[in-house]
Amino acid sequence: MNSFLSQEVPLSWYLLLSAVLFSLGVLGFLIKRNLITVFMSIELMLNGVNLSFVTFAHQWHTVKGQIFVFFVMVVAAAEAAVGLAIIIAVFRARATLAVDRIDLMKL
Amino acid sequence: MNVYAYTHLWLIPLMPFAGFLINGILGRRLPKWLVTSVALLAPLAAFGVVLGASDFLLTVLLPCLNSTCMPVASFTAVPWINIGALHVDFKFIFDQLSMIMLLVVTGVGFLIHVYSVGYMKSDEGYARYFAYLNLFLFFMTILVLAGNALLMFVGWEGVGLASYLLIGFWFSKQSAADAGKKAFIVNRIGDFGFLIGMFLLLANFGTLDFSEIAAKLSASPAWTGGVLTVIALCLLLGATGKSAQLPLYVWLPDAMEGPTPVSALIHAATMVTAGVYMIARTHVLFDHAPIALNTVAVIGAATALFAATIALVQTDIKRVLAYSTISQLGYMFLGCGVAAYSAAIFHLVTHAFFKALLFLAAGAVIHAIGGEQDLRKMGGLRKKLPVTFWTMTAAVFAIAGFFPFAGFFSKDAILYAAFTQGTGGKALWFVGIVTALLTSFYMFRLWYLAFLGEPRSEAAHHHHANPWSMLGPLVILALLSIGGGWISGALTGVGRFGEFLAPAVGEVATESGSAQLEWILSGIAVAVALIGWYFAHSFYKQKPERPAELAAALPGGYKLLAGKYYVDEFYGATVVRPLIVISTYVLGLFVDKVILGGAAWLFGGIPTFAGALLQRWQSGNLRSYAAWLAAGAAAVLLFVVVPWASVLASIGIQTGMVGR
Repeated sequence: MNSFLSQEVPLSWYLLLSAVLFSLGVLGFLIKRNLITVFMSIELMLNGVNLSFVTFAHQWHTVKGQIFVFFVMVVAAAEAAVGLAIIIAVFRARATLAVDRIDLMKL
Repeated sequence: MNVYAYTHLWLIPLMPFAGFLINGILGRRLPKWLVTSVALLAPLAAFGVVLGASDFLLTVLLPCLNSTCMPVASFTAVPWINIGALHVDFKFIFDQLSMIMLLVVTGVGFLIHVYSVGYMKSDEGYARYFAYLNLFLFFMTILVLAGNALLMFVGWEGVGLASYLLIGFWFSKQSAADAGKKAFIVNRIGDFGFLIGMFLLLANFGTLDFSEIAAKLSASPAWTGGVLTVIALCLLLGATGKSAQLPLYVWLPDAMEGPTPVSALIHAATMVTAGVYMIARTHVLFDHAPIALNTVAVIGAATALFAATIALVQTDIKRVLAYSTISQLGYMFLGCGVAAYSAAIFHLVTHAFFKALLFLAAGAVIHAIGGEQDLRKMGGLRKKLPVTFWTMTAAVFAIAGFFPFAGFFSKDAILYAAFTQGTGGKALWFVGIVTALLTSFYMFRLWYLAFLGEPRSEAAHHHHANPWSMLGPLVILALLSIGGGWISGALTGVGRFGEFLAPAVGEVATESGSAQLEWILSGIAVAVALIGWYFAHSFYKQKPERPAELAAALPGGYKLLAGKYYVDEFYGATVVRPLIVISTYVLGLFVDKVILGGAAWLFGGIPTFAGALLQRWQSGNLRSYAAWLAAGAAAVLLFVVVPWASVLASIGIQTGMVGR
């Protein structure tokens, strides 16, 4: 078969996608004010990194990268659980989710 | 060897130290009788050990006063310093010299402790006083027993500390606190000399042990002068500080601010004689340094005359005695300076008896008339204080040098030794005789003013009796002042005493003097004392208005003497003032405020300033933190990814990283 499906996608594409995902995450983290959106941006960064892990694991035919991805996913799940709980608690206490107004640690 | 002395020498300093610890730590909580008994037992026990160690009955009371009965004992407790070539031990030596000195220190010390029980009876600091007094005895016995210069220096500094504490005993009085500081600081100058002397000893002999130094010097008898003169002069500077000789005597008159028994013990009988003892202990050095030895003699004679002239016009009873002490110490230095060490030590012993007695009697007078020290306000105390009067009389006759009182023998021994030392010696003898005349005059002046005539103030009318704890020591010391000279066993010269000390300090080297010469010289000495008495009698007994007339006739001379030659003022202008100015402006303002203060301000200011800037980062704004985080990550990335070496190379800067 010589269809485009059997063609290998070049490594650089995956990495580029990964970088784009990560940058979007960073950008979202920096400019979004809603705490939930910020949270989602973090997830985006994590998954961008995950993608590059998987890419390299495939490229070098090793399983370490895959294992790392599983770890990241587990930690991200746990973090999501705790993070969402905190967000709910914050919302109950402050009646807002705008990060600029949750600045209790300011001097 | 005397086994007892070997094993128990360490008890001598330890007893007073135990007394110091008990009274110093617990004294305030203990009942008074316990404080008293601890304080008295400590010197008594030490005295007992000294007696036991010296086989007192054999060597002193029985006619066996010669070197064969008294073997020299030395006792090394533990090694102290052991670094490279430097070896110093805790070594005590107990020879004829230290035995005599210890008997005086602990014996007279004990009597003064007894006296103090009565004198300090109603003082708030009773326990503190006795703690200090015992501390003094501890350090003094260390000083005397020390077998090397460094251990002696420990005692030397320690007695200085005790002296400071006791002069400033009534520290709430400004003048007493100042006098204590003055004594300490002036002594520091002398101690500097002592220290330099020790360093030079170490550099030239490699040891500080007295017996090793003596052995090395006797191995090379031709070695004289040079560095030995420098060492001896340094030690002499130390001795002039401690023994209140010219030019460092100024602290002793002020030291009279302390309680009177302290003046008797520390500033008359024992501590101030430490300089004489030190010269006698290191006499081999001085024997090999004729220039230094002559300096000792000249300083002694000059001080004797100088202090005696000041004593003529002092009106404070204790200050008369203080200047008299300086003058008598001058005699001892004169004795050392003509290499008559045994005569000097002999005078040290008799002086300890009669000067301690004079001070204690003066204290009894002061105590009885309610704290008055001005001779002009005394008078007529003979009937009211008979015991004090008669004991004081014994002391006055002893110091004036009347036969057969103690002072006659010892002063005569020194003057005879000086006379037989060539032309220079005859000049020293003449100064000594003039001083003897002045001594006799001012002591009888004190005697007439205080005890005879009519009471000249209310205080002299009203008096209260002194307790027997004060009068007892007076009587014992009076007996010693009368008979203390007889132990020489000879009418003139140091006789048996000199023979006894000879193994420790060497024979008195004199020109061949004849018995006739000795008789003539002692005749002159007694005649001079009589003349002094006659003048005092005519001035203060027959015509009491005459001293004032004389003072009016010679206003310049009188002012000079009453102002103590303005030495204090001179030192104040030449030493103290410049020091204060330098301390205030150079050290205080510039070094302390500008350099040190500026540095402290700088080191404190940098973090404060930086913190003030950096705390603005802590905005509490989550997105600003995140932005900094991202910027940091970007910076790290930039640092890692960009090939800096080639970038720099492309703009012409070479680094070692290219090509790696």
